[in-house]
Amino acid sequence: MAAAVLIKNLQKSYGDVQAVKDISFTVEPGEIFGLLGPNGAGKTTTIRCLCTLAKPDQGKIEVGGISAIASPKAVRQRLGYVAQEVAIDKVLTGRELLKLQAALYHLPKSMIGDRIEQLIEVLGLQEYADKKTGTYSGGIRKRLDLAAGLLHQPEVLVLDEPTVGLDIESRMVVWQFLQELRAAGTTVLITSHYLQEIDALADRLAIIDRGVVIAEGTPSELKDKLGGDRVTLRIREFTSEEEADQAKHILESLPFVEEVIINSVQGNSLNLIVKSGQSSLSKIEQSLAEVELPTFSLAQSRPSLDDVYLAATGRTIMDAELAAASTRDLKKEQKQQMK
Amino acid sequence: MSQSISSSKIKSALAPNISISRQNSESSNSLGNFIQETLALTKRLFIQLQRRPSTLVAGVIQPFMWLILFGALFSKAPANLFGNDLSYAKFLAPGLIVFAAFSGALNAGLPVMFDREFGFLNRLLVAPLSSRYSIVAASTIYIIALSFIQTAVIVLASAILGAGLPGIVGISAIALIVFLIVLGVTALSLGLAFALPGHIELIAVIFVTNLPLLFASTALAPLSFMAGWLQVIASLNPLTYAIEPIRYIYGHGDWAINSIVMNTPWFGFSFGAVILVLLAFDALVLLAIQPLLRRRFA
Repeated sequence: MAAAVLIKNLQKSYGDVQAVKDISFTVEPGEIFGLLGPNGAGKTTTIRCLCTLAKPDQGKIEVGGISAIASPKAVRQRLGYVAQEVAIDKVLTGRELLKLQAALYHLPKSMIGDRIEQLIEVLGLQEYADKKTGTYSGGIRKRLDLAAGLLHQPEVLVLDEPTVGLDIESRMVVWQFLQELRAAGTTVLITSHYLQEIDALADRLAIIDRGVVIAEGTPSELKDKLGGDRVTLRIREFTSEEEADQAKHILESLPFVEEVIINSVQGNSLNLIVKSGQSSLSKIEQSLAEVELPTFSLAQSRPSLDDVYLAATGRTIMDAELAAASTRDLKKEQKQQMK
Repeated sequence: MSQSISSSKIKSALAPNISISRQNSESSNSLGNFIQETLALTKRLFIQLQRRPSTLVAGVIQPFMWLILFGALFSKAPANLFGNDLSYAKFLAPGLIVFAAFSGALNAGLPVMFDREFGFLNRLLVAPLSSRYSIVAASTIYIIALSFIQTAVIVLASAILGAGLPGIVGISAIALIVFLIVLGVTALSLGLAFALPGHIELIAVIFVTNLPLLFASTALAPLSFMAGWLQVIASLNPLTYAIEPIRYIYGHGDWAINSIVMNTPWFGFSFGAVILVLLAFDALVLLAIQPLLRRRFA
């Protein structure tokens, strides 16, 4: 069976900006696949190439074995696309927008009414369908856009940052819905710079940084590959530098501790990487007590996807976001997307 | 959000349906698909018009105001200045019919530009349209319908102001001429909407084109009033080729296809020749915008 989505050695530049340098990944039928990376990593450009909105400079894109470059129309029919910024015509009602969408995908006229009714019901849009979309909240808009993307029963639903700007409740609604969608057999490709989202939803993911894939696998594969557990230790709520240094020396001598980092931003708390499967916490607490250092808080966890990103790039996604935010030319990017 | 729905119902609603895509990519009914998508896109524009009618209202009021103001401006002009038995209202009506249609058509690209800027166009571009020319076709149908409404209002208003009313054949000929000029100008504006970087630039182009083309045509004054160089420009202006035959229809009940309806510094044009010029103008514009559209639609 052909992969639901196959992207191989994708390259795309806008002027002198190389948005995508070399991206390859495969989405299997029926899974939720996540593209994780900070803003500006090349996620949206990749999605635009997949959805035939942009022509790649180089590389292969296939949906269900059909080339997006050679047969864009067939690929458009197989994809549902939910853009990051939902573009809806404010003057139309939700139902009118869905009718337009149905015609654009050439649904048989006999089917259109029932199909729209079905999706309005499944997405809980009954009381909004006949109101103008200009009156919708962000969460309702997103639901309408999900309905529009699914109207033609696509094989793959592509969502670009589906929960950016949504309140927590709407975010949960979208997450739950995507899981129902997977259960029904639709393949889902989702981009996000939001770790928890990918961790909670994705069966498999690719982490993208500066236009290249730096890791691909299931969330637990990637975390296991990194090895060890993460321990966060606070000696006091606000620890002095001397005490933190002292604790660092003691902890580094423990056999199961691999690395200790003092996080000065978080009140000199200590971040440890320890061998997993050990009763590390009690031993840490004990060795601190021996030199009469208190323990304010102590927690052990498996590595997160952020740790995976950190290990590969030397910075956290948050750092990358902040760095990118200061150098991005959003206006220029918007111009490119208008093409 | 869907607690009340049985899961089997959700499953059937959300499951992919390959038969739809197969059926569509294999069906050869691309003309049917083209009509379906064009009608749906046209319907959207008319829903917009119905809920936000200010463009149409302004488009009707503006030529009406021109009619009254210009009429008053030249109300003391010597009798027969604009031709035998030709009141200025009668002289002006054809100019305003064409100018109103022209202005409306020149603005045709604006909604498309806003769709580009707000990302709505992307919604259309990711859809498996049988041809993306349906986007252009829908805008054209919409603008032509608007122009006909405007034209009807101006014809009626000028009749009330004493310009008289052409017969059925005359009205049909006017409709044909309006159609031809609107088609070309709409295509031009839509081409610009895809070529220019944003709505600021498009509005700037509309701004510098609109009134100069009005004054460099015979809408407000006959060729014989103009300086020599302006006569040349006006004789090359497509608007003149739309205005003069309509004016002839207004002035002569007994016009025919071979009546000389327009005199340029070089030679006279019959009604048939003028129609050919307008057709050539349309063909030229449609050819010229091909590369622009193809670049965006490829």
